[in-house]
Amino acid sequence: MLRVIKGLNLMIDIGLGHYLTLGAIIFTIGIVGIFLNRKNIIVILMSIELILLAVNINLVAFSIFLNDISGQIFTLFILTVAAAEAAIGLAIIVVYYRNSSTIRVEDINSLKG
Amino acid sequence: MLAHAIFFYIFSLIAIISAIMVTVSKNTVHSVFFLILDFISISCLFIMIGAEFLGMIMLIVYVGAVAVLFLFVVMMLNVAQQKNQWFSASESSKHIPVGLIVSAIIFFELIIVIGGWKYKPDLVSAMSLTLDRDISNTHAIGYVLYTDYIHIFQLSGMILLVAMIGAIVLTFRQRSGVKKQSYFSQISRERSDGVEMINVESNKGVKSDD
Repeated sequence: MLRVIKGLNLMIDIGLGHYLTLGAIIFTIGIVGIFLNRKNIIVILMSIELILLAVNINLVAFSIFLNDISGQIFTLFILTVAAAEAAIGLAIIVVYYRNSSTIRVEDINSLKG
Repeated sequence: MLAHAIFFYIFSLIAIISAIMVTVSKNTVHSVFFLILDFISISCLFIMIGAEFLGMIMLIVYVGAVAVLFLFVVMMLNVAQQKNQWFSASESSKHIPVGLIVSAIIFFELIIVIGGWKYKPDLVSAMSLTLDRDISNTHAIGYVLYTDYIHIFQLSGMILLVAMIGAIVLTFRQRSGVKKQSYFSQISRERSDGVEMINVESNKGVKSDD
């Protein structure tokens, strides 16, 4: 009984661990998306965005719970880099599609040798 | 406290489910929409725990710019109707166990790190950048961003500039056979190129030499 109450208390009392667990789950989903995807490269770019999002969750949670603003500053910079990366990656995809008219991951093997 | 917990579980459940749907949905357009849902729920979480500025910036940058860019490219490349072939093709399904094993290992490592770690409350008490409860979140970020982190801030501006130039250079295409206005030859045209004065004798007429 006491154990149940303690567990319930742990569930209701949202702490740093909850946010870190959420970040870990989304990070893992992003990695699974990169590994398993064979359809097109755009989904892989979206998985990378998910990974960066998980990192942002971790930084913001640490920033709030450790009472330090610099975590949020770094989240801002990660946001910048993510936007730049998305723009460049999508530009590369557009050029590749224009040249070879496919972006299936299995068909992109011209560097394989 | 209870409301905080309820909202945390609602938003994190939406975030996790939509993250899964991003990776498994058959249509790429649906993936982009689930990505947008994911960003929105995570920014709700940010606003909930007190990082309002980042939550709003997340909405503007990710949902307003990045996700729309993704959607634009997906619509432009005509790949939305390609069928997902993960589980059907036997030749391409060899990598699935390896990927799942690697992901499971990474996940359990992260969980072990989180579970076995207890943070000390006085861990950052020596730092100067503590959160001040009297000013708003945006104020606090502004005070620090333009003073202590000004060089990194300007470097991130340079990153954005380079990304913009790179994207334009990559996708710029010079088409042949398109008639365009040539401003240089238009402006540098002289009177002697266009008009010629000829003294014409009477009853002879003018013979043009072209």
